[in-house]
Amino acid sequence: MKKVISVVIAGLGGQGVLKASDILADVAFRTGLAVKKSEIHGMSQRGGSVTSDVRFGREVFSPMVPEGEADFLISLASSEIAVNRAVLGPAGIAIGPDAVDESKLTNKKSLNVALLGALARHLDLPEESWRAAILASLPEKLHEANLHAFAVGKSG
Amino acid sequence: MSPPEIRQLMSGDEAVALAALHASVHLGTGYPGTPSTEILEHFETLGGRAQWAPNEKVALEVGIGVSFAGGRAIVTMKHVGLNVAADPLFTVAYTGVEGALVVVSADDPGMASSQNEQDNRRFAVAAGVPMLEPADSQEAYDFTLLAMEISERWRMPVLLRMTTRVCHSKTIVATPGYPVPPARVPAFVRSVPERVMIPAYARPAHLRLRAKLAEIEAWNEHKGPMVRVDGDRKLGIITSGISYQHVREAAPDACVLKIGLTYPLPMEAMCKFAESVERCFVIEEGDPFLVEAVRAAGAKVQGRPAMYRCGELNVNRVRRILAGDLSPEAKPVPGKPPELCPGCPHRIVFEILRDLDCIVAGDIGCYTLGVLPPFSAMDTVVCMGASVGVGLGMRHVLPEKDARRVVSVIGDSTFVHSGITGLVEMVYNPPKTGHVLLILDNGTTAMTGLQEHPGTGRTLGHQPTGQISFEALASALGVKHVTVLDPTLRPAELRTCIEEALARQELSVIITRRNCLLAAGAIKRYEKNHEKGN
Repeated sequence: MKKVISVVIAGLGGQGVLKASDILADVAFRTGLAVKKSEIHGMSQRGGSVTSDVRFGREVFSPMVPEGEADFLISLASSEIAVNRAVLGPAGIAIGPDAVDESKLTNKKSLNVALLGALARHLDLPEESWRAAILASLPEKLHEANLHAFAVGKSG
Repeated sequence: MSPPEIRQLMSGDEAVALAALHASVHLGTGYPGTPSTEILEHFETLGGRAQWAPNEKVALEVGIGVSFAGGRAIVTMKHVGLNVAADPLFTVAYTGVEGALVVVSADDPGMASSQNEQDNRRFAVAAGVPMLEPADSQEAYDFTLLAMEISERWRMPVLLRMTTRVCHSKTIVATPGYPVPPARVPAFVRSVPERVMIPAYARPAHLRLRAKLAEIEAWNEHKGPMVRVDGDRKLGIITSGISYQHVREAAPDACVLKIGLTYPLPMEAMCKFAESVERCFVIEEGDPFLVEAVRAAGAKVQGRPAMYRCGELNVNRVRRILAGDLSPEAKPVPGKPPELCPGCPHRIVFEILRDLDCIVAGDIGCYTLGVLPPFSAMDTVVCMGASVGVGLGMRHVLPEKDARRVVSVIGDSTFVHSGITGLVEMVYNPPKTGHVLLILDNGTTAMTGLQEHPGTGRTLGHQPTGQISFEALASALGVKHVTVLDPTLRPAELRTCIEEALARQELSVIITRRNCLLAAGAIKRYEKNHEKGN
C-alpha cells in the first residue's frame, strides 16, 4: 500500500457526505491504520457544497488532503465533481453518483454507502472492517438497506 | 498500575469533552458557536454537567464562580465569543482562581463560519492568561488535562486555543493521557484581597499575576509541552497548532520545534533552536504572533510573505512559503453557496423586507443568508446583537425618508445573547422616526446546529426550565407596539404589520414565531416527553 491514501468525499448539505467519511475513517481505524478526517461544518449545513477529507496509512500528518494529491474523489452530486476536480492527483480516480445503479438501492438515501462500496473495489481494506463500521455508524433499522447498498456499490 | 489504554477516533471537540469528564469538571458552560459547540454537547452526552449561558460573558462569570468555590470549570466559546467574555477574563487573571478554570477559545482561521478571523493568541498576551494550543485530538485531550493542572498549580485561568481544523478533524486519541489530581469538594473560603478587585487590592494582584507568568515561562522553557523533531540542520521550522501537521508533511526532513504553550512563550528555547539551524522559518496561521516574538528577541527567522497572512494554511501553502513562491495562488472553483432551507419560516420575512425596499440592519445566524439572492435583503452584519444598535444609529442621522425604511432583524438566540441591551437603548434613546425591531423566533439556535437557549424554555439537555418571553420583556421595557405572528401561516398580515410599523413614528417589536423546520420534530418530541413526565 502507498504510504498515505487520501480520499475526498463531496456532495451537497444533507446528502450524507459526513456520514460517509465517518464510516470510511472508522474502517481504516478498525483495520489498525493511522487515520485523520477533516471537514468544515457550519454554513455547509444549509444545502451548500460540502467536502470531507479522509486520509489513512502508516503515518498521517495534515488532516486536509493537499490539492492535486487525492487518490480518490467520491461525489454524491454530479455537479460537485467539477468543483473539486483540482484536488485529484494525476492518477486519481473520480467516483460519481453514476458509479452505482441507483435503481438497485432499496433506500435512495444510502447512495453515500453505495459509493463507499464502489470505493472499496479499489482499496485493500478487509470486508469485516467495512461491515463493522457501517453497522456501528447507523441505527439498526437502516442496517439492511445500507449493507445492501454497500454490496451494490462493490459489485459495480 | 495505570488503567488500560483505550484508543478511539474522535474530533478535537469530543476529546476536550472527554478530558473534562476525566478531570471531574464540576460544570461546563458556554454559548454555542462554530467550531466550539460540540464540546459541551458531548460533555453532556458523556454524563457531565453542561449548560448553555445566554452569552459568553455570563458563561465565563459562572465559570469563575465555580472555580472561586473550589470547583473545576470549563467554559467554551468561539473566538469572537471571547470578545464578549473579555471583561471578566482580564480581571480573573488578577484575582486568580481556586479550582481549575479552563476557557476554550475556538478560533476560525479562514472564516468557515465566522465574521472575522481574529487570532486569540493576542488575548492571552493582553489579559496575561497562559494559553495552550493543541495540534490534533490527542493533544486536545492531553492539553485540556494539562490546562486543568496549570490552572490549579498556579491558581489562574488557562486559555485553550483550538482552531476549526483541530475542533472538527477526527484523529486517534489514546486515553488516559496522564493522571489528574482528583477534584476537591467545592467549599467557600473567604479571601477578600484576592477576590475583590478594588484598586487597593488590584495593584498587588497585578504584581502577583506577573510573578506567576514569570514562573510559568520558566516552567515552559524546561518542562513545557514542546515537540522537537530532529532532522536536517539546513532547515528549521518553529510552529504551533495545526500548522505543525502541515509542516511535517511539507518538509519531512526539516528540524521542527512545535510550541504547545504559546503564552508565555519559551523564548530561550525558540532562539536557541533558530541559532541551531542554517535557515529558520516560523510557520503559523493567523497573526504573525510567534514570528514577531522571536524577532523581537533578536533571532533571525523568516516568516510568511504577506500573501499568506489571511486564511487557513495547508500543506501546499506551507510548501510555497518554504520555497519563497510568490506567484498567485489558484482560486478554488466556487461550490454551491448555502441558502435558507426550502420552507424556512425566515424566507417570507426577507421577501417582505426586499419588496418594501427596507434598509436592513442584520445579525448573526442562519437568517444572515437573507443577504443572498433571491432576497438580497440585508445591508449590515457586524457582530452578535449589533442589528439593534446599528439600526438605531442609522435612524438617528439618515434623512427622514430613508430613516423610516430602517429595520433591525435579529434571531431569537442572538436576541438573548446581546440584543436585549440594544432593545433597552431603543427605549431609552428612541430615534425621532421611531424604530422597528423584528425578532425572528424559530425556537432554536439553528445556525450552530439546533441548540437550546433561554427563550426555548429547555436546558442544554432539552429538559424543561425557566423560559424568557420576548413579548413580555419588550412590553415591560415600555415598547407600545408588540406583535407576535406566525410568518408561514399569516404572511399577508405580517406584511401589513411591518408596513404599519414603518409608517408610525413609534417603537415596534414584531416577533415572527414558528419553529425551525430542522428542529420542529425534535421540539415536538421534547414537549411530548415533558407532558408525559407531568
